[in-house]
Amino acid sequence: MPNMTPNKTSMPEQDPNVRNKNFKEVALGYTEEMAVNEAQRCLNCKNRPCVGGCPVNVKIPEFIALVAEGRFEEAYHKINETSSLPAICGRVCPQESQCEKYCVRGIKGEPVGIGRLERFVADWYMKNGKPTAAEIKPNGKKVAVVGSGPAGLTCAGDLAKLGYKVTVFEAFHTPGGVLMYGIPEFRLPKDIVKKEIENLKNLGVEIMTNMVIGKVFSIEELLTEYEFDAVFVGTGAGLPSFMKIEGENLNGVYSANEFLTRINLMKGYKFPEYDTPVFFGDNVVIVGGGNVAMDAARCAKRLGAKNVYIVYRRSEEEMPARLEEVHHAKEEGIEFRLLCNPTRIIGEDGWVKQIECIEMELGEPDASGRRRPVPKEGSEFLIDASAVVIAIGQTPNPLIKNTTPDLETNKRGCIVAKEETGETSKQGVYAGGDAVTGAATVILAMGAGKTAAQSIDEYLRNK
Amino acid sequence: MYKIVRKEVLNPSVSLIEVEAPYIAKKAEPGQFIILRIDENGERIPFTIADYDREAGTVTVIFQKVGKTTYQLDTLGEGDYILDFVGPLGVASHFENVKRAAVIGGGLGTAIAYPQAKKLHSLGVDLDIITGFRDKDLIILEKECAENSSNLYVMTDDGSNGNKGFVTNKLKELIDGGAQYDVVIAIGPLVMMKAVAELTRPYGIKTIVSMNPIMIDGTGMCGGCRVTVGGETKFACVDGPDFDGHQVDFDQAILRSRMFKEQEGLSLKNHQCRMEGMKNA
Repeated sequence: MPNMTPNKTSMPEQDPNVRNKNFKEVALGYTEEMAVNEAQRCLNCKNRPCVGGCPVNVKIPEFIALVAEGRFEEAYHKINETSSLPAICGRVCPQESQCEKYCVRGIKGEPVGIGRLERFVADWYMKNGKPTAAEIKPNGKKVAVVGSGPAGLTCAGDLAKLGYKVTVFEAFHTPGGVLMYGIPEFRLPKDIVKKEIENLKNLGVEIMTNMVIGKVFSIEELLTEYEFDAVFVGTGAGLPSFMKIEGENLNGVYSANEFLTRINLMKGYKFPEYDTPVFFGDNVVIVGGGNVAMDAARCAKRLGAKNVYIVYRRSEEEMPARLEEVHHAKEEGIEFRLLCNPTRIIGEDGWVKQIECIEMELGEPDASGRRRPVPKEGSEFLIDASAVVIAIGQTPNPLIKNTTPDLETNKRGCIVAKEETGETSKQGVYAGGDAVTGAATVILAMGAGKTAAQSIDEYLRNK
Repeated sequence: MYKIVRKEVLNPSVSLIEVEAPYIAKKAEPGQFIILRIDENGERIPFTIADYDREAGTVTVIFQKVGKTTYQLDTLGEGDYILDFVGPLGVASHFENVKRAAVIGGGLGTAIAYPQAKKLHSLGVDLDIITGFRDKDLIILEKECAENSSNLYVMTDDGSNGNKGFVTNKLKELIDGGAQYDVVIAIGPLVMMKAVAELTRPYGIKTIVSMNPIMIDGTGMCGGCRVTVGGETKFACVDGPDFDGHQVDFDQAILRSRMFKEQEGLSLKNHQCRMEGMKNA
């Protein structure tokens, strides 16, 4: 008999008033007992609507059935058939708009905690699993992967398993891309990312850090001089957008990329033990409503800022952030100033002092399907600010576009690639992830990396 | 890991290191820079490429001890390793249609200006180099600059080398004396570059400056290196580091360079205390 409790088995978490002062992981994970209990809520429906909601089609009912029987190791291998990085997806996927959105249990209660179960299985395997030495037959062909974020890592892993000699080029000193520099430790512990990368190295993937492709080598040189048979470009959306308002270059105004990189990658929260400082002060204003904005706000709180505000021009309903992140941010004392938009940043002696905002109201739906925010005339007001973080999105970095003339890009600077294959306009070059779609999610990038790996394999087998 | 194959102390606060980095050496051009991180706890800081040797596969940087990282860097010697060294970053300098030029180097800026001077000289440009230092003990690259120019003028603030004055005094003298420069390249402290740009503005002489703001990744990702040029925000790492000196908002750049002054002071003090402690132990 399935467990008919209408609510998900609750997730043990650090207390909000304790965790908003440390960088340790917020959600502590299910115990075996909790996992089995939650797994028993799954009805194992025949038409498996959840699977269709997953960008990499994880065999959800099958792995959950194994969890319900306590067969955790087999559950891991079931997930692993289609997903390479379950410990990461279980933590950062927006399940409420993917698998869990379609869960039948969600009609009369909460859906099955698919994300929580995925995380449990991956963590259990990391701790208890027996490494299975997959037998790989090298096929003598070389593939270059540019960028070591979720798209690149997934593509590299899949190709290595097929016998390709894969070299990953990373511009930073540490591989992982947004998983390392963007998503904070308290949401995705860096040890987990490092472990996943270790697993790839064990498959024979070579990772070269400090390599800015487009500068040190061009894509063309990778294909000719360095004799790679194919190249996958997964360089993400790294170029921060600013609002182009007065005062944006004052001291204390950061892009979310800079603020988060200082904290996560450079460990600025441990300054001066680590050399990279991060300035914030008492009142930190974050502009934006996505996961990046939530991450920046929660980091600022943990660093010790007294008041942290999220300023977002639409209402909570339109916020692109995961529900859980918004919920956690509120619990931790982040103040939400919704339906208002910054108009200028006011400084004194070169430093941020205040931010002027204007109230907004929602008008007719725009191209995104969300109701367009319209300013209310004369409703300007001020918020005291010692630091301002602009988290309104990123666009792809133009370094590769500018040095690869035969690589087609669209007007937003995104690489044009076929969705079903990842093929670009340049022969032998594939692309996927945010570099193609503009800023999106980890799981979509992984899906694109997977698709590209399949197409590269087909291309090279027929070459 | 990147090996230091040569180290030379140029003056009490300025040193040169030549680092094994064959891929970078192969591609580097004057005006470009590298970013290094000494060790696991280190910060990423940019240095202009002072020289490169494509055959030997080495890249040279010249640095002045001003903060924790540069003090720590100076404790390393030949045979030691730097953890991370990435480049070549930024857009290389362009020198089309230049017949006569002046290259101005202020203090450590001389090291940054030197590769550009060398390139111009090799292209057959009639080149004046003007360098400026506080006093004669701080003069660097005098021989190299002399060998790579038509005329070298070394100025000291206190006149201790017998040539008292600022680089701007000499530049004005040369311009007023009839020198017809197609371009002036000024590299040094922000206040010096600002002064040079103000000097050349009324003469309408094209003036290129090299910005070296705070940055993290150097690939356009963090936006920390924002510079306002002609009213527009530019990223020094990918749009520069060279910009039109007459368009740069120097006052803003000067304010932005002080963003982490307090933290930098704390970091340096901690480092020096640790070094003292090690000496006394």
